[in-house]
Amino acid sequence: MPLLHRIVRKDHQAVAFTLDGKPCAGREGDTLLTAILAQAEALRLSEFSGEPRAGFCQMGACQDCWVALESGERLRACSTALVAGMRIVTSRRRAA
Amino acid sequence: MSERPTSERPQPLIVGAGPAGVRAAQALVAAGLRPLVVDEAPACGGQIYRQRLVPDGRSNKALYGSEAAKAEALHRDFAALTGRIDYWPQALLWNLRDGRADVMVDGQSRQVAYDGLVLATGAIDRTLPIPGWTLPGVFTLGGAQIALKSQGCAIGNKVVFLGSGPLLYLVAWQYLKAGVAVAAVLDGAPFKAKLNLLRGLPLAPAIVLRGLRMTAELKLAGVALHYGVSHARILGAERVEGLAWGEAGRERRLACDGLGYGLALRPETQLADLAGCRFRFDARDRAFLPERDNAGRSTVQGVYLAGDGAGIAGADAAERAGERAALALLEDRGLPHDAARARVLEADLARIGRFRDVLEAAFPFPAQWMKDVADETLLCRCEEVSAGEVRRAIAGFGVHELNRLKAVSRIGMGRCQGRVCGAASAELLAHEAGRGIAAVGRLRSQAPVKPIPLALALDAHREAAE
Repeated sequence: MPLLHRIVRKDHQAVAFTLDGKPCAGREGDTLLTAILAQAEALRLSEFSGEPRAGFCQMGACQDCWVALESGERLRACSTALVAGMRIVTSRRRAA
Repeated sequence: MSERPTSERPQPLIVGAGPAGVRAAQALVAAGLRPLVVDEAPACGGQIYRQRLVPDGRSNKALYGSEAAKAEALHRDFAALTGRIDYWPQALLWNLRDGRADVMVDGQSRQVAYDGLVLATGAIDRTLPIPGWTLPGVFTLGGAQIALKSQGCAIGNKVVFLGSGPLLYLVAWQYLKAGVAVAAVLDGAPFKAKLNLLRGLPLAPAIVLRGLRMTAELKLAGVALHYGVSHARILGAERVEGLAWGEAGRERRLACDGLGYGLALRPETQLADLAGCRFRFDARDRAFLPERDNAGRSTVQGVYLAGDGAGIAGADAAERAGERAALALLEDRGLPHDAARARVLEADLARIGRFRDVLEAAFPFPAQWMKDVADETLLCRCEEVSAGEVRRAIAGFGVHELNRLKAVSRIGMGRCQGRVCGAASAELLAHEAGRGIAAVGRLRSQAPVKPIPLALALDAHREAAE
């Protein structure tokens, strides 16, 4: 079950992206964090323990919510707006 | 963005477009100056009056509650400055050196010369490590509030709020009003601490009464309120599934799928540190804060401090402190400034400061949680350093100072640079080394204050060398 539950913006325009290769839809006005956690249980795996993480402060301070695009670019999920076509990797495998 | 002719005296630089930064900008513009405002967010408001990315059908009243008029005024007044300030939203000021600021904006590095610097950097939630606090579904109280207010999402279908501070009850109440099932509010302080709020009635009657009303509404809605909570453990394997805690000598448990946690706020002081400001220990906040006079002058000429980033006092104080700091900047430049207005602002700030003492007594920081933290609990979330590893480092190396502890244990060395673990590390070190919290010192800030691409740092280095 996803971590976040939408209360509003349920009918806003869909914004297509992929999550670990799987086609997904966020909503206009989503941050990456919201778009991912509205359908998943984690944003990333810890580089050290491999334990799942899903952000903490949501205000760009704790640095717990970094995700990667397939291109290799790294983004802080809580402070990045979702853009159509983003190909996000939350890495179900342990990061190198 | 506009370019200035280089012959002009550099413009004042304001960091942060929350309540303090906006009011500072407004006061400088009123005096005929054209400040540059740099802010990480896409729109003004800071965290408390943060704006949504798109309209979502909710009114400002639904979003900001009793503070809707203040939020609207702040947004409106900042919008009215358009064309009379330079404004870089979504921009990270990541270093201060030699009177210049390095700013990342649109993925590029830019160096900014400034004449007068107002730091209005805001705050984050203060936390202490508890077992399970890295599990998905656990957010800070501020994070839980942002999910709801800014993104219109709940952090769970059955949510528990844990910690201390006015935000604990405010966020729980906001979730309740949004129709989310709030299972319980767990307060680290005993109920009798709340009696201190009676002393706050003459200082801030509206705030105290609002708090009492929210608590009553939570109670009436069937939300369990627990006081004097200790030994909290967040339960779950891959995500939060519940909470266990000690209360009146026995362990209790509750199932939940979302948890908001925080122990009041702590200021973002990294830029004041890089600017060279002197810090002093504040016994009430159990933290080192940059020194400032009643007007907001730091110990460095031309550097001013305002809002929660200089010491937690809330949004109303931040608006006043931002304006007051701007008046000080004008005075120090030899420009006309309204001295009578400055006195009114300082009197307001003193009153709010006295109320802040009351709040601290009513919502005390449970520093004692840190003594009991289990060895296997992660203290540093970034580098995954456990409390046990830190205890062993303290004992093994005979550490009694925080930066030394950083060097031998890696606490404070991760991506967040000690924003999250700094307070906890100081508490643990003080306890293990048998010293007072003031004696263990504070983590020195390092640039970049937040992660930036390496290529961008190289660009900035080249630009500085030219």
